[in-house]
Amino acid sequence: MSLGRVLAGLGLLLLALVPLFPFGPAGDYFLHVLIQILIWGFVGTAWSLMGRFGLTSLGHGAFLGIGAYGTTLLWNFWGVSPWLGLVVSVGGAVAIALVLGYPCFRFRVVGHYFALVTLALGEVVRLVITAERNVTGGSLGMTLRRAGGDSLVALQFADKAVWYYVSLGVWAVGLVVWARLDRSMARLAMEAIGEDETAAASVGIRVTRFKLRITLLSAALTAVAGALYAQYITYLNPETLSGVGVSLRIVFAAIVGGMYSLLGPTVGTALTTALSEYLRVAFGVRLIGMAETIYGLLLILFIIFLPEGIWGGLARLVRRRGPARGRTVAAVTPPAR
Amino acid sequence: MPDPIFLLEAFINGILLAGVLAILALGLNLIFGVIDIVWIAYLDLVMVGMYTVYWLVAAYRWPLWLAGAAGVGEVAMLGILVHLLIISPILNSPPINQLLATGGLLFFLQSAATLVWTTDHKSLQVPLRVLEYGGMFFSAARLIAFTGAIVVCLLLYLFLTRTYMGTAIRAVAQDREAMALMGADPRRVYVITSAIGGGLAGVAAVFLLLQYSVHPHFGNSFGPLTFMICVLGGLGNLVGAFVAAFILSEVISVGGVLLNTEYAYVIAFVIFIVAILVKPEGLLGRRE
Repeated sequence: MSLGRVLAGLGLLLLALVPLFPFGPAGDYFLHVLIQILIWGFVGTAWSLMGRFGLTSLGHGAFLGIGAYGTTLLWNFWGVSPWLGLVVSVGGAVAIALVLGYPCFRFRVVGHYFALVTLALGEVVRLVITAERNVTGGSLGMTLRRAGGDSLVALQFADKAVWYYVSLGVWAVGLVVWARLDRSMARLAMEAIGEDETAAASVGIRVTRFKLRITLLSAALTAVAGALYAQYITYLNPETLSGVGVSLRIVFAAIVGGMYSLLGPTVGTALTTALSEYLRVAFGVRLIGMAETIYGLLLILFIIFLPEGIWGGLARLVRRRGPARGRTVAAVTPPAR
Repeated sequence: MPDPIFLLEAFINGILLAGVLAILALGLNLIFGVIDIVWIAYLDLVMVGMYTVYWLVAAYRWPLWLAGAAGVGEVAMLGILVHLLIISPILNSPPINQLLATGGLLFFLQSAATLVWTTDHKSLQVPLRVLEYGGMFFSAARLIAFTGAIVVCLLLYLFLTRTYMGTAIRAVAQDREAMALMGADPRRVYVITSAIGGGLAGVAAVFLLLQYSVHPHFGNSFGPLTFMICVLGGLGNLVGAFVAAFILSEVISVGGVLLNTEYAYVIAFVIFIVAILVKPEGLLGRRE
């Protein structure tokens, strides 16, 4: 067992113990921030499954929205348990990803064009949610129907500690998926495709199939996150759950943290969440927009000077210094282009 | 089924809107064609221009034409800055990085605008007449904007086809490497293209300010639509940009009357998605 694995295990154990620490009255708020980081870190991880291979989606808000609204609508109107609703809405997200992804990859829609197609998809979902205001509440948003007290069937819990463990679990699953992909043949295939599709196809890599698989996986995980987030926050709004704004925010966190490394998206999410929470607490409503102004500036600087992100950059420094330290941080080399 | 007179009114308003959209699409198209970059923050430059004109008129009592000229100049300068500060350092990295960097600019401009100007909607409230013809109503602002847009597009066309610089810009759009071999400096062409792209955004800002109120997230309402028109029109295809602008703005304008605004946009986006899959080289483009 390498040092890296021991450290990773210790880190996870520490995270798992967080709700047991007595934080006093500030505890709930602290947990809330951590839950946000875990859920959005998971979304960023799901996005980077595609993003690291040059499949830049600017429309992940679509899957988030389908997951969240699908689950909540089924529960609110027909009383379908979110467990089943989750399956249905993830299926929906995957179906949409398939319908859009297959022709995209088949006809080689790449780069800017792919980004714009996904951007259009995110907008379509946001607009449909807004337009169906009789059902979804439109831009006013909708509230999750209360089950009355804690309920496993309704996936509603009053205690934030429960939510913390749920999101920790989901986040860990996201990391496992990422790491498994990172060590698989699929990664090599995808990197080859990212560098040169024609060359990859010529050595027998099934370009369309690989791209599609990654896309469906990423869409499914993102839909799970959407459903989970809606269950936790219990309030849904098309602006915060789909459309260009959210999609760009997901991309942003993944890039700042580093989309080529396992923990990058989570680190990016943690930093941006911490920054905006700090500014919100420190300045209140006087400086609305300050956090995002800084984000925007950071994003530009990162893309110019450190495209592998904070975590990716740190990992590179560590590796450069001594022998490889196991695989706490999975291979982080951005594909050379 | 609504009254046909409403449909006709919506149709004509769609044509009038298409003028401004065409300017925006042409600006983006020029940058996309020459530098191979999509400025995701393009409409946010427009937003900054709108605020500038608004403040010059509302707070400093400048006449509209002067404020408008200043706005155009300002956004043209911004265009140059965007190119020099953001695009040129990463000109050789994957194109998607450049797109994401301008995505950062989008965040920055929108939130900085919120910080400086708050989220209030600001409107110029120019006393322009509403024209009535056969029971249909058209705002003079839209007519002015449409006429202005046509004039600007003609000027752009003349510039691109009749001047040395315009020819150089078109040449770079066709073949970047060959152009450098011919002794022309692509960097200069890039800067001038960015300035023209910014200038067009400034022109659109003035025309849009006549019709709409401005707020920090103004770019979100027209941005996606403009990208769609730009791509649908086809790279470097001026006529195509116009045709695409007319089609999509008719879909939105007439569809808005027949269904509702959201579904009209949904249809426009679906048309875009289908078109990009079927004909990625643009509506009027020829397959290479």
